[in-house]
Amino acid sequence: MSVQETLLKVDNLSVHFSIAQGGYPWSKKATLRAVDGVSFDVRRGETVGLVGESGCGKSTLARAIIGLTPVTSGSVQWKGLESVKGASRDTTQIRRDVQMIFQDPLASLDPRMTIEQIVAEPLKTHQPQLGREEIRVRVRTMLERVGLSNHHLRRYPHEFSGGQCQRVGIARALIGEPQLVICDEPVSALDVSIQAQIVNLLRDLQRELSLSLLFVAHDLAVVKAISQRVLVMYLGRVMEFGDKRDVYREPQHPYTRALLSAVPLPDPAAERARKHVLLRGEIPSPLKPPSGCAFRTRCPDAIDACANERPVTSATGIGHTQVACIRAVMT
Amino acid sequence: MAQNKALLEVKDLSVRFARRDGAPVDAVQRVSFSLDKGKTLGIVGESGSGKSQTVMALLGLLAKNGKVSGEALYNDTNLLTMNDAALNRIRGDRIGMIFQDPMTSLNPFLTIERQMTETLQLHRKLSRREAKQRAIETLERVRIPDAARRIGMYPHEFSGGMRQRVMIAMALLSEPEILIADEPTTALDVTVQAQIIELLRELNRERGTAIILITHDMGVVAGLCDDVMVMYAGQTVEQAPAQQLFAAPTHPYTIGLLNALPRLTDDDDQPLQTIPGNPPLPGMATQGCAFAPRCTYAEERCRTTRPALEPTEGEAHALRACHRPVQAIAEVL
Amino acid sequence: MPPVSLTVVDAPPSRSPLATAARRFVRNRAAFVALLLLVVIMLACFVGPLLSSNNAIDSDWSAISLAPTFDNMHWFGTDELGRDLLVRTLVGGRVSLEVGLLGTLVSGLIGVAWGATAGYLGGRVDAVMMRIVDMMYAIPYMLIAILMMTLFGRAFYLVVLTISAFSWLDMARVVRGQTLSLRSREFIDAAKAIGVDSRSIITRHIVPNLIGVVVVYATVTVPGIVLTESVLSFLGLGVQEPMTSWGVLIQDGAQKLESTPWLLLCPALMLCATLYAVSFVGDGLRDALDPKDR
Repeated sequence: MSVQETLLKVDNLSVHFSIAQGGYPWSKKATLRAVDGVSFDVRRGETVGLVGESGCGKSTLARAIIGLTPVTSGSVQWKGLESVKGASRDTTQIRRDVQMIFQDPLASLDPRMTIEQIVAEPLKTHQPQLGREEIRVRVRTMLERVGLSNHHLRRYPHEFSGGQCQRVGIARALIGEPQLVICDEPVSALDVSIQAQIVNLLRDLQRELSLSLLFVAHDLAVVKAISQRVLVMYLGRVMEFGDKRDVYREPQHPYTRALLSAVPLPDPAAERARKHVLLRGEIPSPLKPPSGCAFRTRCPDAIDACANERPVTSATGIGHTQVACIRAVMT
Repeated sequence: MAQNKALLEVKDLSVRFARRDGAPVDAVQRVSFSLDKGKTLGIVGESGSGKSQTVMALLGLLAKNGKVSGEALYNDTNLLTMNDAALNRIRGDRIGMIFQDPMTSLNPFLTIERQMTETLQLHRKLSRREAKQRAIETLERVRIPDAARRIGMYPHEFSGGMRQRVMIAMALLSEPEILIADEPTTALDVTVQAQIIELLRELNRERGTAIILITHDMGVVAGLCDDVMVMYAGQTVEQAPAQQLFAAPTHPYTIGLLNALPRLTDDDDQPLQTIPGNPPLPGMATQGCAFAPRCTYAEERCRTTRPALEPTEGEAHALRACHRPVQAIAEVL
Repeated sequence: MPPVSLTVVDAPPSRSPLATAARRFVRNRAAFVALLLLVVIMLACFVGPLLSSNNAIDSDWSAISLAPTFDNMHWFGTDELGRDLLVRTLVGGRVSLEVGLLGTLVSGLIGVAWGATAGYLGGRVDAVMMRIVDMMYAIPYMLIAILMMTLFGRAFYLVVLTISAFSWLDMARVVRGQTLSLRSREFIDAAKAIGVDSRSIITRHIVPNLIGVVVVYATVTVPGIVLTESVLSFLGLGVQEPMTSWGVLIQDGAQKLESTPWLLLCPALMLCATLYAVSFVGDGLRDALDPKDR
């Protein structure tokens, strides 16, 4: 398969927050490094899965790309154009081409608007020249495509189930014909049986519309079902980034290995026979990340050298995988 | 059937909530199960299945407008008809419970020490010093590092995973016979979840604590439970030993649920198998089988008569509630 | 792939959040009765005087200082000039209610615009706007009112303006608080992600979601304004003769309490009944619109 063009290029992106340590205006401030020097790219028509546990910065990264959270340093390029550089933003292009789906399906819909109004909003914002009838036709078509029907148009969000609300969210995100949709934990709040429906829907739509997706989730199995490439984050940094098959089958980074081993398999015999890599300790605070490699305090393979410098992401020879680990690159 | 009497025997447990406007909600409809000493039972279901309300009813923790009926025999006494005083003696002492969100179950204004010693002083009449010693030992047992120092801290000073361990420690203080865990790992990261499951497994193995685990996560169940009960819309649809349930499920809902799970071992370009439609709202009254509207095997009688929970053909310890015979379903697997 | 079967959650015709609230309101007995009472009072004030053979201005010298009686429809009695108190009370009610409603409307509009903007924009704009509010709170309101009335006379619209000039402060604070909490909700993020600009977010998303709070607060403001007008009238700064209001009537009546108590009691009773009714309606609205109860 020929490599498609790169649409989104994130280069050394950092999002830092200044947190006051005490209650006073003059209290010392500490820096919370929510996202710390992340680089990756997304190509046309592909899904990049973004995984990590709580505090890894994946949601903050997603929000920073779309402009909901200010960026501290680094750049985001959309189709070759600098969209964010340092603190300034030129967001017109990115606003139309990049959309977002949120985690809580009901909360992401304005409770006082009808489904029709909710889905029409992007059109009204970016294509104000469209007439009412034209808008209505497009909304209807979009709703049908996501599996909702006409008589849902005039209803309100609270009348729908979680899965249906998420379909509305998807319709809203896609109606403006974006090229990249950032999905921030879109199925985490849904039941398993509904989760499968939504994942299938996203895959189908992606194929039909040649969409790119940035799929943020903590569920590794779901990410595997939908992504082509996977990015693993820990404490605001990239640990591993590569083709899905490589990352899942031959994880290079100790953290990725631990994560994969921690996922419980729905198979009692296999599950009990397995040897789980149990990480010791706790996730360090993003206010005081460990020196050198952020994962070293819990890493079963850590050596003294790990504390010296932050490892640079480099290739290991396994496919196109990039890993931030001195031990992985050593072998 | 087992010679020994079951530790906990639940028969026809039903929970009904009265509503100010509208028909009453039957959150749990005639659920039965038994828990043997030292065994683990997993209760699985999606939202609206009634799994949480079932155990809340057992421990007398239902909301005010909830009415329970049926029987829950523990040591020959019916938990459902006990008065509050008697129930208090059992709750927290013989039967421990841990909830999904430790932050809301721990008192944010008291140190861990106070909260733990309180329980011991109340139930076991220990002195303050003895209670503190026991508490520290229990914290160490659940692998809280530096327990002697941490016991003086407040809940918000612990991380999510640690708080859950503290909850488990508190539940274990009095060496209960049964530990009920309601979605104990849902709010936790997967690596922390693995640690907690491992901890529960150890407790079960070494102390013989029987565990009832409520969850929607089939993977967690597979790792921990001996027996599994699957609930849908307030009813039990299938019950079997875990090994069997996962290898050869016999109810269309269980099959659908297991098929819908994305797995690490999947071959990925296949779409996930789905169960069409939506789970029902809690308490929506149904004539016939609650799963019929979404079932690919449904027949006419499935829509009119509710199937009874009966022993599965050909299996000694399994139950299912389905009109269609096992062969008709297993075939298409 | 064919769309999966979707049964819309239970058939009843689609109800907007407002319609659900209306239904809950009606079920609240106290609030519903209060609303009816309010409607009756308003009808009485605006239509009532037309039905009586008496009017508010003409004196009936044959019936001076009559206690309430059934003759000649002098149900509330008459004053020392022989004017029928019932009709005067009703006519006065028109003024009080108009001041109340108009004042609430004006102060509501200013308060919502001010509070929503300050709350949404945050930062320095918010700080400046709210400091202005704080400063206005500190100004002795009565003094300004007296000053305005003395300098510019006592025309009806001026009374309304003076009262509104200070009543919007509470509304602004409440609206700002509500806006702050709305601002962090996910659907606002969703709107920003779409690319909607701040002004549209405020008008399209924030304001409609404020309606609950605003309506409830408005019903709390009405009694305040009516009372303020009454106080001004009591001080001799309210509407001019021949217009009358409850405040004016109460002021008169208070002076003659010993000889002709009904002159005070009747309008005071009307005022109290109205304020109670508005209060109950406000409580009912607050309960009906509370999303947590869903």
